[in-house]
Amino acid sequence: MVLKAAKVVDVAVTRTARHCLAVGLLLLNTVCQAAILPEDRADAMYHSYDGGGIEITGPSILVRKQIGDSFSVYGTHYVDTISSASIDVIATASPYAEERTENSIGVDYLRDKVTMSLAYTNSEENDFHAKSLHLGVSQEIFGGMTTVSLGYSRGWDDVGTLGNPETFDTDRHNYRLGLSQVLTKDLIMEIGLETITDEGERLNNPYRQVRYLTSATTFDFQDEVYPNTRTSNAVSLRAKYFLPYRAALHGEYRWFDDTWGITAQNFEIGYTQPLKDNWTFDVKVRSYKQNEADFYSDLFPFQDAQNFLARDKEMSSFSTLTVGAGVSYEFGKGNLGFIDKGSLNFSINHIEFEYDNFRDVTAGGTPGSEPLYRFDADVVQFFISLWY
Amino acid sequence: MRHSVIFMLVVIALIGSGCSKIEPWVKPYERDRLADPIMSFSRDPVSSSYLHHVYQAREAARGAEGGQGGGCGCN
Repeated sequence: MVLKAAKVVDVAVTRTARHCLAVGLLLLNTVCQAAILPEDRADAMYHSYDGGGIEITGPSILVRKQIGDSFSVYGTHYVDTISSASIDVIATASPYAEERTENSIGVDYLRDKVTMSLAYTNSEENDFHAKSLHLGVSQEIFGGMTTVSLGYSRGWDDVGTLGNPETFDTDRHNYRLGLSQVLTKDLIMEIGLETITDEGERLNNPYRQVRYLTSATTFDFQDEVYPNTRTSNAVSLRAKYFLPYRAALHGEYRWFDDTWGITAQNFEIGYTQPLKDNWTFDVKVRSYKQNEADFYSDLFPFQDAQNFLARDKEMSSFSTLTVGAGVSYEFGKGNLGFIDKGSLNFSINHIEFEYDNFRDVTAGGTPGSEPLYRFDADVVQFFISLWY
Repeated sequence: MRHSVIFMLVVIALIGSGCSKIEPWVKPYERDRLADPIMSFSRDPVSSSYLHHVYQAREAARGAEGGQGGGCGCN
């Protein structure tokens, strides 16, 4: 049994696995009994989103390093360079370009079977600033078969509009509970719960507008009006199963609802297949569906038709279908100096968005009878990872 | 009433006896497959956090995206 374990883990090769194996060999059959810190690694990614008249590209960098036996520190740098001529922009404004930069720092502290985490994130756009603080604690129990985690985040957003010096604050609280459970030698499961509360005078996108009828054949636009609070709940269940010939199958389900009347569900199923010593292939399918907010309408009957008004397509009833594939090539195991190994990774996700009650006003025609909007998007990721 | 009390006592006895016998049924030395990196829920954090961001920006649902742990139950 131990020889078989050693062989499989050697092929698998990550620092997590090697730590587990080393501990196991040292303590004789006690692999994974103690919690460990995340691996030391650096990732540099180029990402691209192209769909619905929007192009977003940029880098994403993550560097993580262990300090001593108990601490692991990390930093991230992420940029979205946005060029937008989306249907919302075409209908009510002009195409624009902007940039969002996000930086994070964090530390994990391991003490026996408890890991404590602290992170700070700052995000900057020309009309939007966001800061957030994240706290987390997780503990292994039940002989390492169960991991319980608790998390809390506090966010402070500062929302403005270009050409207007006035800004509005949004306060956000996230409460997370997670449970990871080893079920069999081949099956692991994870349950997640998260409640998020927002409070602020501009919870909507300040550039989006609603439309209302001015006659049987004409319409006009007015600003959206959203409630000043929103609370949402999400519950997710994930499972991962190891297939006998060294491949993995995963499934995911999430249920969501909020105080704006939106409920949503998504399902995902995926498959991972390593090939020879260096290649790993991934495929997945994801399906998402939501209903619209209580105060959403594609076309209101008249101006100021109700207290709250939304025509943001993200608040409407719609579904998405994602088909994704990825490939990873591992290189340099043991012959790159202080670097243990590296990997080159490429993935593409194709997403179809189908709206049930959001019409394409740029198509013309009688208000309320324009074709329903739909679009496709391609999400490309290319990244290099180094373990050291 | 009497039946209810007996039923409750039986349930408590069953739960009590069950709990006392439950032990970790997957031994640490049996977790080599779970320790394989292909079994991680988030093999590449930079990639999964980007995809969460892509979905969050375009869907109303948010939260419980995972990343609380997983793998071999050792992190």
